Amino acid sequence: MDEQNWYQSAPFQLAASTFRLAAPLVFAAMGGLLSERAGVINIALEGFMLMGAFAAAVGANHFADPWMGALIAGGVGAAFASIYAVFVIQYRANQIVAGTAMNFLAAGLTPFFCKILFDVSGSTPTLPIAVRFGSEPIWGAWILLALLAWLWRSTSVGLWIRFAGEHPQALDAAGIQVNRIRWASVAASGVLAGLAGATLSVCLSSSFSRSMTAGRGFMALAAVIFGKWRPVPTALACLLFGFLDAVQMRLQGVQIGGVGVPVQFIQILPYIATVIVLAGFIGKSRAPRSLGLPFEKV
Amino acid sequence: MNKSDRSWLGRALESLQPILAVLLGLAVGLAFTRFAGESPLHVLKVLYQSAFGSSYDLGMTLFHTTPLIFTGLSVAIAFHAGLFNIGAEGQLIWGALAAAVVGHAFPHLPGVIAPWIAVSAAVIAGAIWGAIPGWLRARRGSHEVINTIMFNFIAAGITSWLVIEPLRNPDTQNPETAPIGEAFLLAPFRVFDDAPVGPAFLLALVAAFLLWLFLNRTSLGYELRAVGQNEHAARTAGIDIARIRIFAMAVAGGLAGLVAVGEVLGNAGRFKVGFSPDYGFMGVAVALLARNHPIGILFAAFLFGALHKGAMDLDLETENVTRDLALVLQACVILSVSAEGAWHWLRRVGSAGKKRG
Repeated sequence: MDEQNWYQSAPFQLAASTFRLAAPLVFAAMGGLLSERAGVINIALEGFMLMGAFAAAVGANHFADPWMGALIAGGVGAAFASIYAVFVIQYRANQIVAGTAMNFLAAGLTPFFCKILFDVSGSTPTLPIAVRFGSEPIWGAWILLALLAWLWRSTSVGLWIRFAGEHPQALDAAGIQVNRIRWASVAASGVLAGLAGATLSVCLSSSFSRSMTAGRGFMALAAVIFGKWRPVPTALACLLFGFLDAVQMRLQGVQIGGVGVPVQFIQILPYIATVIVLAGFIGKSRAPRSLGLPFEKV
Repeated sequence: MNKSDRSWLGRALESLQPILAVLLGLAVGLAFTRFAGESPLHVLKVLYQSAFGSSYDLGMTLFHTTPLIFTGLSVAIAFHAGLFNIGAEGQLIWGALAAAVVGHAFPHLPGVIAPWIAVSAAVIAGAIWGAIPGWLRARRGSHEVINTIMFNFIAAGITSWLVIEPLRNPDTQNPETAPIGEAFLLAPFRVFDDAPVGPAFLLALVAAFLLWLFLNRTSLGYELRAVGQNEHAARTAGIDIARIRIFAMAVAGGLAGLVAVGEVLGNAGRFKVGFSPDYGFMGVAVALLARNHPIGILFAAFLFGALHKGAMDLDLETENVTRDLALVLQACVILSVSAEGAWHWLRRVGSAGKKRG
C-alpha cells in the first residue's frame, strides 16, 4: 500500500471506472430525454447507439482520427434517427413497434456492413491507441449535461421541446410547428446516441463488435425514467448505474467465504430501481403528458 | 367512414395492405444485398430453398414458427386489453426455466402426465412474470411498456445466475441446466426428417384457435376487448378494469411461457441461457403484421419463422451476405406494415373506385 500512488488506490480506481462507464449512458440518456420530452417514445435508443458505435469505429479506422469517428457516428446517428422520425411522425407508425424495428435494423445492418467493409461480420479491426479517445468523451458527457441543462432552463428551444411533449396544442397555437420540434428532437437524440456508441467503440474499447451495446440503450432509457425525465437527475442516475456496473465488474469471479459473488444481482439493480421508482414507491415519476401520441393539427 | 361507404374495391385494397406492405418491405430489404455485390434474386432463391427446400428445412421453419406463434399471441391478447406486452422475452425465459427444473426434478413421473406437468409449470411461471407488470399498471399506474422491458432484463439476470450457480449442469461448461427426464421429452413428427417439430406446433395452433374463441365468443373476452377499445366506456359499463388488465397480462405471460414446450420438451431437453433469438420482440412484429388477429398470427409467425430459418444458409450460399440479413428483412417488413399514414393512397384509390362505379 505504501508504494502505491493515490490514483492507484481502490476507491479512486472505482470512481474512475464509474465515470468511464457512465459516459456512454449520459450521452444516450440525454438523447432519450430530448426525444421523450418532445413526446416521442424512444426504445430505439439501443439501435441508434449500435449504429453510432459501428460508424465511429469505421470512421476512426478510415481517417485514423477518433474525432472523425465521433463526427461520423453523430451523422449516422442523426440519419438513422431521421428514418425513425419519418415513420413515427410522418407516417404515424406506432412508436414502440417502429422502435423495435429500428433495433432489429441496427442489429442486422451493422454486421452486414461490417462484413462488406472488413470481410468479417463479428468486429471491426482493432484501433491503435493513437486513434482512440482518452478521457475526452468522459468530460464531454458532463459538458453536454451542462449545455442541455442550460438549454432546458434558459432558452425558448428548451421550452418548445417541453411543450411539444406536454401540451402540443398550446405550442401549435403559439405558432410553432410541433412536428418540426419533435423531428429535431428525435434527430438530436440520434446524434447523442451515436456519440454514446462512439464512446463505447472508440473510448471504452478498441473496436466495434457485434451487439456491443448489450442493452445500454435500454439502461439509458431506464435512467431517464429513474431521473424523472429531468436532465440533472437523469445524469445522476447514469452515474449510479455506472457505479453499479463498475462494482459488478470488480466483483466478477471474486469469492467471499468460498461462494462467488452473484454479480447478476448487481447487474439488475438499475432495472429493479427503475420499476420501483416508476411504481411511485419512492416519489413519483411522471411521463410527459403527450408521450407516444402523434400530433395532428385539428 | 362506415363500412357501407366503401366499395368492394376499397375493401379489397385495404385487406391487401398487409400483403403489399410485406412485399415492399422484403423488396427494400433484399435491395440492400446489392451493397454486398449480390443479386437480390439469388439471395431470395437461397432464402426460399433454405426455408422450404426440403422436408427437413420446412420442419426447421415450423420449429422457429412455433415460438413466434406463442409470443405473437402473447402480445396480441395484451393488445386487445389495451396493453403493450414487450415482456414476452422475460416471460418465455421463466417458462422455459420452470419446465426444465420440473423436468429434471421429477424424472420418474409417468410419460402420460409428465409433459403436462412441465407445461403447467411453464405457463404458471410465465403468467406470474406477466402478471406483475399487469398489477403495476393496474394498481400503481406505471406504464407496462417500460416495466416489461425492465422485467426482461431482470428475468435474464436472475435466470442466468440460477443456471450458473444452483441449477448448473455439472457435466458441462455451458450455461445450461441438467437434462430433463426421458418421460418429459416430446418426440418430433417423422415427416420432417429429424427437424425438432412436434406436438408443440399443434399446441400453438390450438392456442391460436382457443384465443380466437375466447376473444370472440366469451363474455370475459368481450369485456377484455371493451377495456382495450374504450377504457372509459368499459368503466361505465361496470367492468373491473384493473382485474381485466392483470388477467390479460397473466394470460399473455402464460402464452409466452408455452415457448418452453417446443424448446425445452421438444428440442434441447434442458434450459440453455440465451436460447431465444429475441422471440419476444419478434412477437411484437408478428402481432402487428396480423393486426392482433389470432389466426392471422399463424401466418405472420410462419413468415417470420421462414425468414429466420431461410437466412441461416446465407453464410454458406453467398459470398458476402450473412444470416444477419434476416433482421434487416424483418425490420423492413415491420416498418413497412407499421407506417399507417403511408398507405392512405390505398384507401383513396378505393373510394375513387366507388365514385366511378
